[in-house]
Amino acid sequence: MMDLTWMAWTWPTVAFFLFILTCLIAMGLWEKQSPGGNPRRGVFGLDTTRGDRLFISILGSIFIFLGWLWAFSTPLWGALVIAIVWWIFVFKRV
Amino acid sequence: MSKTTNQKAWIFVIPVIVLVAFNALIPLMTVVNYSVQETFGSNVFFWEGVKWFEQVLNSSRFHESFLRQIFFTGTILAIEIPLGIAVALSMPKKGPWVSVCLVLMALPLLIPWNVVGAMWNIFALPDIGLLGRMINGMGIDYNFTQQPVAAWMTTIAMDVWHWTSLVVLLAYAGLCSIPDAYYQAAKIDGASAWAVFRHIQLPKMKRVLTIAILLRFMDSFMIYTEPFVLTGGGPGNTTTFLSIDLVKIALGQFDLGPAAAMSLIYFFIVLLVCWVFYTLMMRDEAE
Repeated sequence: MMDLTWMAWTWPTVAFFLFILTCLIAMGLWEKQSPGGNPRRGVFGLDTTRGDRLFISILGSIFIFLGWLWAFSTPLWGALVIAIVWWIFVFKRV
Repeated sequence: MSKTTNQKAWIFVIPVIVLVAFNALIPLMTVVNYSVQETFGSNVFFWEGVKWFEQVLNSSRFHESFLRQIFFTGTILAIEIPLGIAVALSMPKKGPWVSVCLVLMALPLLIPWNVVGAMWNIFALPDIGLLGRMINGMGIDYNFTQQPVAAWMTTIAMDVWHWTSLVVLLAYAGLCSIPDAYYQAAKIDGASAWAVFRHIQLPKMKRVLTIAILLRFMDSFMIYTEPFVLTGGGPGNTTTFLSIDLVKIALGQFDLGPAAAMSLIYFFIVLLVCWVFYTLMMRDEAE
């Protein structure tokens, strides 16, 4: 086994990266199951593919969490709710 | 629009992915791990959760260096882009002077960043530097090691000197790619020089200018070496930009947790601005 202690792994950060990896794999499977990832015009007038929407969702939720942390501090459950709503909105409308 | 079915090209991307994994992805993952922990060295870590992120977001020190960074980047973009276009427009289009101009323009880009900082440091010293002596000789009190305004002017002049050439070269490449037919048509229509610039040259240069602005934004937003060598972030903290502040926290104070959190926030801001900018430009392109 490789020694990865220098990377200072913790379970929450492992979970975070596994989540990103799962998202990428899920996107691949989704495209395989029902192709439809070609660009479409959304509410912001942007042409986005499914991959673009994943990127916008992730980047957006980062700023939702940072904004919540700045304004209301912990706990972050409120930010999580907003982020989930944001993901749904982006995947459906943008 | 039809989808490409041949996905074999991805195999050829694997070497790049491996390379990027080692020089970017794995270090970035380590930074993420550091950002939620406290360490006192010897590889011993303590879980801190999102404390460092909260601390950075609420620290006035971060806000100040962030504002300085925005102001610096805005200023140099406002100077370098118009200046670069102007120089490119006045460069010869053919003849022996083309290569002379191109080489002259490329020279500043070939000088290593720390050398540029050292050059400008000596050049602007008020007692022995050519520029510093000259300004003081004209009766203007100028000392970039003590006056914040002078330090800012010197830093901006240095960046403009170093990087306007990049904009010039890109804009010049854009200008050279415009077919002569456009100019002939403009001449027949009796278009003024301004109309030619506004309706032919500027739209044709749009793509390269997008790249120029993006490159200059990213480079200047992450600038470290030149102002560090020139002013060391001083006098006081007046030219401490984000990256200089980051290094002070990480290596000066050895606060690796807060430094990791700050670098992540820094990274996300750069990512967001680049994405917004690129998307807006590409949207106009499509329309």
